Amino acid sequence: VTTSEETTTAYVLPELAIPVPDPDGLDGPYWDAVRESRLVVQRCASCDAWQWGPEWACYECGAANPGWEEVPTGPGGTYEGEIYSWERVWHPAAPQLKDAVPYVILMVGLPTAGDVRMVGNLVGDQQAPIEIGRPVRAVFEHHDRFTLVQWELT
Amino acid sequence: MTDATLRGKAAIIGIGESTYYRHGQSPDSDMALALTAVRAACADAGIDAADLDGFCSYSMQHVGPIRLAAALGLRELRFSVLQWEGGGAGMAAAVSNAAMAVATGQADYVVAMRSIVQSDGARYGQMGGGANEVSGERAFLAPYGIGPAGQMFAFKYMRWMHEHGGVGLDAQKAVSLASYHHAQQNPRAVRHGRPLTPEAYDESRMIVEPWRLFDYCQENDGAAALILTSPERARAAPHAPVYLLGAAQGVDGGYGRAVYNSRDYPTSGFTPVAPRLWDMAKVGPGDVDVVQSYENFTGAVVMSLVEHGFCAGEEVDEFLTFENLVAPSGKLPLNTSGGNLAEAYIHGFNLAIEGVRQLRGDSVNQVPGANVAMVNGGPLAAPVTNLVLGTEATL
Repeated sequence: VTTSEETTTAYVLPELAIPVPDPDGLDGPYWDAVRESRLVVQRCASCDAWQWGPEWACYECGAANPGWEEVPTGPGGTYEGEIYSWERVWHPAAPQLKDAVPYVILMVGLPTAGDVRMVGNLVGDQQAPIEIGRPVRAVFEHHDRFTLVQWELT
Repeated sequence: MTDATLRGKAAIIGIGESTYYRHGQSPDSDMALALTAVRAACADAGIDAADLDGFCSYSMQHVGPIRLAAALGLRELRFSVLQWEGGGAGMAAAVSNAAMAVATGQADYVVAMRSIVQSDGARYGQMGGGANEVSGERAFLAPYGIGPAGQMFAFKYMRWMHEHGGVGLDAQKAVSLASYHHAQQNPRAVRHGRPLTPEAYDESRMIVEPWRLFDYCQENDGAAALILTSPERARAAPHAPVYLLGAAQGVDGGYGRAVYNSRDYPTSGFTPVAPRLWDMAKVGPGDVDVVQSYENFTGAVVMSLVEHGFCAGEEVDEFLTFENLVAPSGKLPLNTSGGNLAEAYIHGFNLAIEGVRQLRGDSVNQVPGANVAMVNGGPLAAPVTNLVLGTEATL
């Protein structure tokens, strides 16, 4: 088991919503892993397809209950991704965001996990120029009750 | 029925609308607005409301068919269908589901409609105040600041522009300017008397890059309705019937893969749906005289038009220009009432009404001799839905 050292104590955004595991049990393994700074996604035992987000069936072959697998880390022991798309939010859609705009939200492809895409915030300068294709790495943002996976430019 | 087509098998004979208001400004309830629009459509169609026997709408419609039937004095309600999922995207399917009912004899006079009144606590662009628990797909989105539709979808246009050589900002601006231009001729339009200059667009505040304030639809109160019947019954109507030539709905089967992992991500949803529309209608994009294309966001209109084959993705900044998008002289007059951006956001249903008006020759921004109109609902939200409407000459 690889444990990434990449963690952060500063939050990109104030707490807007408290993510909790789906009561039906679908995504529990993800939420448990990120508490330990590990990144897992689904992987089908039948066809080996990586899958994100979680579902009770494999999107590729239809097999039930895909398992979970850790995303293979890069040479530095970190989870590496590539910006697939992005947006910068200037309008605060909730009162807590009033002093948090602008903020960047990224869609990040994971080349070591079948290019599945995750959504997270950019860590660092929120007005930095962003380019599709830029490499990023995962950073674990630990809150009291949950952990968010964020991304910083490499 | 062995012939899997709706072409020429249903006609729109009546249209009706309430006054359109800024959000939260309607003095009337959504029920009262709905009754106003439906009664106006009946008067336009030359029928008694008691003759109505069906209602079709789409998700997030609060006033329902049982209450409407009672208040309008229907003898019998025979058909009521709500398009499943997609929010405003179901707009065109409300019409085509009604058409299916009259074409197969399930009902004689079916209303397709939307009524909305936004209460103060229900602004579309807000996430809500407290930090509440979220689970399921929302748990992977909301904590990162994704709530309102703009935050859900701006990624798509960003990626789409990237895959088409970086084009698209000029085209989406032209969509906005054309809509506001058309609204200046339209006294029903909430933005009537509020023209938008290119400079004001450029200076407007960014909401979610790449979308500015004027790339967004409005938020409004109002109701719009139209009445469909069989071609035989339509002949008795006071206005020239407008015929359904084609209709389609749906989306790629892998569109809904969770947390934005759609199989074909940078599309507005019409890629597999548009060819089915043209097949049924027996016309192509080159035959269309006027387009009413649902605008939640201007960039999404650009994607819709490309996916319907009006131009190639790489050409949008050259083809989707203000000059080409405005009536009467443009090559592709678009959203000639002002649409969701500048007339009113009746979740797109006003676009269907305007399509009918163009084919009657009654638009305030009339395209001379218009015979074929394309109307679509969606984009981005799915299932997406669309229609081709035609005059009798196109049958």
